[in-house]
Amino acid sequence: MTASARQSTRLRLVALAIVAVLLLGASAAYLLVSRSEQQHVTQNAPGQSTVQLASVSTGPRIVFRNTAIGPNYGRVAMVRLGSPAGARAFTGSLCDRVFAASDRMLCLASDPGVVTAYTARTWQTSGGPARDLPLTGIPSRARLSADGRLAATTSFVAGDSYASTSFSTRTVVSELDKGVNLDLEKFRLVHRGKVIAPSDRNYWGVTFAGDDDGFFVTVMFHGTTWLGKGSLSSRTVRTLRSDAECPSLSPDGSKVAYKKRGNRRAGDWRLAVLDLATGKETQLTETHSVDDQVEWLDEGHILYGLPGQGTKVAETDVWALPVDGRGQPRLLIQKAWSPAVVR
Amino acid sequence: MAEGARVYLSDRPRELAGPARAPAAPAARRGVGSTVLLLGLVSLLTDVSSESVSAVLPLYLTAVLGLSPLAYGFVDGLYQGVSALVRILGGWLSDRADRPKWVAFAGYALSAVTKALLLPANGLTAVTAVITLDRLGKGLRTAPRDAIIATATPPESRGRAFGVHRALDTTGAAVGPLLAFSILWLVPGDYRGVFVASLAAALLGLALLGLMVPDVRPRRTAVTAAGEGPAGDATATRPGDATATRPGNLTASRPDTTVATGPAGPVATRAPRPSWRTLAEPRFARVVAAAAVLGLLTISDGFLYLSLQQRDDFAERWFPLLFVGTNVAYLCLAVPCGRLADRVGRAKVMVGGHLLLLGAYLCAARPTGGFALTLACLLLLGAFYASTDGVLAALASTLVPQSIRASGIATAQTVVAVSRFGSSLLFGVLWSAWGRSPAVSIMAAGLLVGVTAAWLLLRNVEQPQRQGDAA
Repeated sequence: MTASARQSTRLRLVALAIVAVLLLGASAAYLLVSRSEQQHVTQNAPGQSTVQLASVSTGPRIVFRNTAIGPNYGRVAMVRLGSPAGARAFTGSLCDRVFAASDRMLCLASDPGVVTAYTARTWQTSGGPARDLPLTGIPSRARLSADGRLAATTSFVAGDSYASTSFSTRTVVSELDKGVNLDLEKFRLVHRGKVIAPSDRNYWGVTFAGDDDGFFVTVMFHGTTWLGKGSLSSRTVRTLRSDAECPSLSPDGSKVAYKKRGNRRAGDWRLAVLDLATGKETQLTETHSVDDQVEWLDEGHILYGLPGQGTKVAETDVWALPVDGRGQPRLLIQKAWSPAVVR
Repeated sequence: MAEGARVYLSDRPRELAGPARAPAAPAARRGVGSTVLLLGLVSLLTDVSSESVSAVLPLYLTAVLGLSPLAYGFVDGLYQGVSALVRILGGWLSDRADRPKWVAFAGYALSAVTKALLLPANGLTAVTAVITLDRLGKGLRTAPRDAIIATATPPESRGRAFGVHRALDTTGAAVGPLLAFSILWLVPGDYRGVFVASLAAALLGLALLGLMVPDVRPRRTAVTAAGEGPAGDATATRPGDATATRPGNLTASRPDTTVATGPAGPVATRAPRPSWRTLAEPRFARVVAAAAVLGLLTISDGFLYLSLQQRDDFAERWFPLLFVGTNVAYLCLAVPCGRLADRVGRAKVMVGGHLLLLGAYLCAARPTGGFALTLACLLLLGAFYASTDGVLAALASTLVPQSIRASGIATAQTVVAVSRFGSSLLFGVLWSAWGRSPAVSIMAAGLLVGVTAAWLLLRNVEQPQRQGDAA
């Protein structure tokens, strides 16, 4: 009996050893295969037709983050505005979120590590030194004013399983020519005619008006999101209407596009466009949930990213959609994300 | 796994040999039992598994799946509530079936399965479902696991045993993110690789539990050991505990041994069903009441970190490291605090631990901060966890009858979880109304009152037990 007990222990130890070897072996094998596959893909990436940067970077163009798996994944690329499906030109920058206006670029990037580093960098394509703007969390939204004088970044602060009941965003507007960084949470917030200061307020998704003073932004407090209209000179944000996130002002400044949750569950948004003069809101026809700050292609169309189909969710695509509430979305740029139109 | 389980079942008769060969635990060996170490390793592996995923999940959801941070916040909020309710269920099932090991196994298995489900999940709904399942598993396994630790340890060294377990558990939580980011460094962008490694760690923990941890039967043991005595009196069954729980080696499963030598069948059927009424035992009720009062005044560490972060640049820049700092303090202090609890009394250490929390509040309430103050806050927070989490389990397990031990532990832990949730709501309101620093100060004042109340409630709560020990 004693012998059998000892034998049973031995059997279990052997079984455990086998399980351990199998599990460790399998994960190591998976990682090695994955690594070599990644190297293989990188070396034999399907020849994306590329063109010289200089031939694209001066005319009207769409700047975006390339998401085709391969050596250029995450790299900032651009296409001619006239031929969005045509050959793309690659820059040397790796960004999670990118925006471009006039001759300025704004790039938000993360470098995963035990202490993941986040950077927001801006530079002029015509030359000059790059500048780092404050960014304290996971990159979320990036915007520049049309003349490239103002920059806005939104990052997601915290984001760890321990901070379980709360999340927050940090939105910073930078006046690049003055070298001033403004934290929107320090702005005066006016709601229904009264100045309020809810401590759970969060701002995200800035879009600039053409006058380098006005802007629109999402502000959330007490569980409700609001479309806010702000003024940099008076350091004030006023709430306009509820349930409107990540606003984007049309080129002529007459309309704002945003995403709405309606009475769907959290994380399920649809697009709508508000006519600022009439106050009329138009629901758009995209049936997928859009989690993006849209960009305007022209006065009649908006651009936004959607996850790729099937298992290739990381290979996002950029779609174009008429803002009349009737036209259907069409695929504009494959394997792209975070589009910015430079006219 | 199936094979392992069969091996285990096939050799039950060997336990008959127990009494003949059971080596008296060497007096010199004052360490904790192998069962506790094994469960600690199981928790370590499971925490490596879940924390490696947690560490990369925000980046994965935002950078790969393209979800916005706000959607992620929603996923995160679901975590807590689910766990608390299922915990009670886990305790009840464990007592009812008198099979804590296999209820815990089911909980660990559920969490392991979710790691496999993360591989194909690619939308918010799928990820939410997967994370909820993971939390269900965590809720299910906690109380039965703590019941095994209590059953496998003599009452006088349970503080240390829980300390050892929590130290190993927290080590896993610290290793997980390191593993995850090492994989991302090795194969950039390969989040699936992280999930695969996480799955492997979870399965290894599961195998360790299934193959090596003895299948203790607390209720059956309580009955056989206490002879005719109703299990309801088991609070005072120091002898029962001792028989059941001498730190065994890997094979000697004493509880089964005892049963096998007696009339196993009849005894098993005579074992009283666990009853909730036994939980109304006054001393246990006092512990639960004290835990509720203290929980209601405990600011969630998430809020505390946000508070630190809002105050100074250091905390803001190194935000992810705040958790690491607390964890390191926790894992270093868990065993010493457990030993101290064994020596001077668990209730005293638990209440005293909340004084450390009060210290952390005072560090956080200061309008201006800096490196030293932030560090002090983290150390105090880690010491608070070290002197309360495992210590509460040790205290609860000693005050409830063995037959409903898992339910008792689950009740105490759920009361803490629910009251801390209430505290989050309360603190949120205070923060909104008066701002960060006053809100923390108000909670600190409340905690001072709460600690006094808890001290009065828990005075002499361990007295009969301690007298028994001395006899």
